[in-house]
Amino acid sequence: MIDKIFPNVDWPKMWEAALETLYMTAVSTVLTFIIGLALGLLLFLTSPHQAWANKLANWLTGAFVNIFRSIPFIILIILLIPLTKFLVGTMRGPNAAFPALVIGAAPFYARMVLIGLREIDRGVLEAAKSMGAKTRTIIWKVLLPESLPALVSGITVTCISLVGYTAMAGIIGAGGLGTLAFLDGFQRGREDVTLAATILILILVFVVQWIGDIITTRIDKR
Amino acid sequence: MPYEARQPSCHVHEMVPNHSRQLALENERMDECYFDNNLNPFCSFAEGFFYERKIYMISLKAVSKKFNTKQGQIVAVDGVNLDIKKGEIFGIIGYSGAGKSTLIRLLNGLEKPTGGKIIVNGQEITSISEAKFRQVRQKVSMIFQHFNLLWSRTVAENIAFPLEIAGVPKDKRADRVKELIELVGLEGRGDYYPSQLSGGQKQRVGIARALANRPEVLLCDEATSALDPETTDSILDLLVSINEKLGLTIVLITHEMQVIQKICNRVAVMEAGHVVEEGDVLEVFQNPKQPITKRFVSQVSEKGQAEQTMQRLVELYPNGKLIKLVFVGEQTEQPILSKLIKQFDLEVNIVQGNISHTKSGAFGTLILQLEGDSSAIEDAIHFIHEQKVLTEVISND
Repeated sequence: MIDKIFPNVDWPKMWEAALETLYMTAVSTVLTFIIGLALGLLLFLTSPHQAWANKLANWLTGAFVNIFRSIPFIILIILLIPLTKFLVGTMRGPNAAFPALVIGAAPFYARMVLIGLREIDRGVLEAAKSMGAKTRTIIWKVLLPESLPALVSGITVTCISLVGYTAMAGIIGAGGLGTLAFLDGFQRGREDVTLAATILILILVFVVQWIGDIITTRIDKR
Repeated sequence: MPYEARQPSCHVHEMVPNHSRQLALENERMDECYFDNNLNPFCSFAEGFFYERKIYMISLKAVSKKFNTKQGQIVAVDGVNLDIKKGEIFGIIGYSGAGKSTLIRLLNGLEKPTGGKIIVNGQEITSISEAKFRQVRQKVSMIFQHFNLLWSRTVAENIAFPLEIAGVPKDKRADRVKELIELVGLEGRGDYYPSQLSGGQKQRVGIARALANRPEVLLCDEATSALDPETTDSILDLLVSINEKLGLTIVLITHEMQVIQKICNRVAVMEAGHVVEEGDVLEVFQNPKQPITKRFVSQVSEKGQAEQTMQRLVELYPNGKLIKLVFVGEQTEQPILSKLIKQFDLEVNIVQGNISHTKSGAFGTLILQLEGDSSAIEDAIHFIHEQKVLTEVISND
C-alpha cells in the first residue's frame, strides 16, 4: 500500500534524513535560545531607564539584530560561507548549517524576548529594586521567570522557523529532509519523495507546536 | 544649660518645625541623664546629633527633585523639609501630581533627589554607595497600589523573595515565611498564586513581603487606593496592628482623607511639590489652615457643607437656642447628653451630628436645640463648657 503511494522512496535514507533534520533543528534551537536570550536581555537592559541604560550599546545591538533579521535566509547562507568554512571547516553535512541557522534565527528570537520582557509590569521591577535586588538577581529571579511563557512560546515559533531554515540549508548540501526533497525529489522528478519529506516535516512542526503549547500553558500562572 | 544657648551650634535643631521641636524638647528634658550638659564641651553638637537619631526615623532637609522632560523642567518636589518620628504613622496627602509619589520614592532611592539631604535612621542616604544603599533598602520596605507581586511565584515564594535577596538560608526562610503568613492572616494560602487571590489578599502578601527582612520603615504608596472601602479598612487595621506590634514607622501617601483620619498620627499636606501644611492629624482636622487642607478635611467631616446649612438650621429651628458642640479627642466618650438631660429641666433635640473616629480619638460636631427656661439654658451651656467641650451658640433667641 505505502509502496504504491511512494514507489521511489528509500525509507532508510528518508529516516536518516529525518534524523539529520531533527538534529539540526534541536541543536540550532538550543544555540538560538541561548544567543537570542542574551541579545534580547541586552536590548532590554540597555534601553532607557533600565539597569544598563546605554544609548550606544542599545543602538549597536538593535542594528545587529535588525540587519541579520532582515537578510533573507537563503542569501545569508551564501554570505556566511567563509565564516562557516572557518568555524566548521567544511560546507558539507548538518554541522555546516549551524552558523547560518543560528545567525539567522537568534536575532529573530531576540526581538521576541524583548517583547516578552517589555510585557513585565514596571512596578514589579521597581518592587524588586526597592528590596535591594542586584541586576543579576533581577535578571534570574524576575525578568526570566516572569517572562517565561513568552520566552517558551517565542522559542516554539522560532523552532518551527528553524525547521524551515534547515530545509533551505539543504540547498547548499547540509543534508536532512530538505536536501532529500530537493535532490532526490525535485531534481529527479520523483514527486513521491518530495511528498514524503514534506509530510515528515509537517509532523515535526506539529509535534514542536504541541509540546510548546503544553509547556506554555503549564507555566503560565497569570 | 538652656536650650537657646546651644541652639546655634546645633544646626540640626533649626530645621525642626516648631511644634515638633517643642515636643522634642520635652522628650529631651525627660532624659536629662543622656548627656551631662555642664561638663562636656561637645555636648551641644553630640546631643543634637544623638537626639536627632533617637527621635527621627526619617529627616528630609530642603529636598528637591527635578525632572527634565521634552516639555521642559518639571519640579516634582520643591524644597521639602519633613521629620518623621520613629514608630509613628505619618501620612502624606495630596491630589495626583502634587509630588507625593515622587517624595515617597525618594525615601527608598527609587528616585535620587536633585537637591537637599535625606537621612534615614541616622544615615544620610543621598551620598552613599550603591552597595551600601542596597542594605539600607532592606530596612526601608515598600508596598504598592498595584501590589507588584511576582505572578510566577506562589504566595510563600513571593514572601520569600526579599529573604533570598538578603541571602537568608533556605530553612530559615521557610520559618520566617510561615510567621509572616500568619501575621497577615493568610494561613492556608501559601501555595496559591497571586492570580487566585482577591485584591485585599494580594495586598496582604505585599505587606508580608515588605516585612520579611524586619524593616524599620514601611512606605505605603497608595496602598489602599485600588481596594474597595471594606477591604481598605481591613488593610488599614492590619497596618495599625503591625505598627503597634512591631514598632514600625509607617509613611503612607494617599489622596483619601479617610485613610489619614483612620490611622495616621501626623499628616503633611502636599500641593505643587511643597508641603503646605503639617501637624497632628487631630489638629489639622480641627483647624485646617490652607484651602487645600480644608478641602481634604471636608471630604471626611463635611464641615464646609455644615456651615452652609447652618443658616438653614436656624430657620428650621426658631425656638430655644441652637448650640454647636465640637468634640476633639476623649471627651466624646463621656455621656454628656444624658447628664445634660438629667441635670437640667430642658428639652434637648439633636438637630445634626457628625462624629468621626481618628486614631487619637473622636472628632466631630453635634448641633443641639435647647428649649426651656433661659437661665436653665445658660446653666446648661456653662455645664457643657465645664466638660471641656468647645461650645458655640449659633442662634440667640
